[in-house]
Amino acid sequence: MIPELGKYAGAVLSSYGLSIGLILMLVAVSLRRSRRVKAELQEVEMRRKANG
Amino acid sequence: MNLNALWEYANPLKFMRTTEKVLPWVATAALVCLVVGLVWGFFFTPDDYRQGSTVKIFYLHVPSAMMAINVWVMMLITSLVWIVRRHHVSALAARAAAPVGATMTLIALITGAMWGQPMWGTWWAWDPRLTSFLILFLFYLGYMALWAAIENDDTAADLTSVLCLVGSVFAILSRYAVNFWNQGLHQGASLSLDKEENVADIFWYPALVCIAGFVLLFITLVIIRTNTEIRARRMRALLAQERLG
Repeated sequence: MIPELGKYAGAVLSSYGLSIGLILMLVAVSLRRSRRVKAELQEVEMRRKANG
Repeated sequence: MNLNALWEYANPLKFMRTTEKVLPWVATAALVCLVVGLVWGFFFTPDDYRQGSTVKIFYLHVPSAMMAINVWVMMLITSLVWIVRRHHVSALAARAAAPVGATMTLIALITGAMWGQPMWGTWWAWDPRLTSFLILFLFYLGYMALWAAIENDDTAADLTSVLCLVGSVFAILSRYAVNFWNQGLHQGASLSLDKEENVADIFWYPALVCIAGFVLLFITLVIIRTNTEIRARRMRALLAQERLG
């Protein structure tokens, strides 16, 4: 399935691995922070509503 | 088209409502373009007669390098909007874009080194384009550090906007370094508006799909991250009100 990369296989596969890894990490960090901030804001707004 | 209508999006609620509607479409388009472009480039294109299989790095290196520069240009525009119009959404969008730009610059540097080693015989050279990219990466780090270091949002937005203006010199240098200084290892621009063919079509078409994927990925991440910054800012304001009584 993987094409014949010859003597440059290391360079090509490392480039793809590192780049895709960095992109996935950025997406994961962005989504995790988004969920956390959304939940925290909701909690603060509920507390304020409850306190009048 | 009424350009004044654009200012409506300076309202954080309006911005969030609109962007959250388009987000699933943009995210899906980004995923499709990235998967199609990278699979096409990796599996279904031939090796280059000179560079062998390292030409496959092109599909990551060129789009990421392009985004590294263009994200800074986007930050420059939104920073100028903040300086002139004082719209918080624009300052927060610049803040949200910086980690994306830094990651793109890092990918461009890493893939450049991986490509450079077998082709030039070295991972790194103090070549004008490589050096200006490294400085651009340091500017991204400095920009994010400055946002994190200042507690007052408006002061942070002011100072980071000034830093962004200064860093723009290096963003421009990164783009045109190969034209300014006709020396160094890096080849001329792969992307240019001249009619000369820089890249053969067989490599160029999948690269265009990858570029579209990177642009759409950037838009997706900036929407998610800007909305997060807007919520975080509101939370800080509410907590400050609570502390005051």
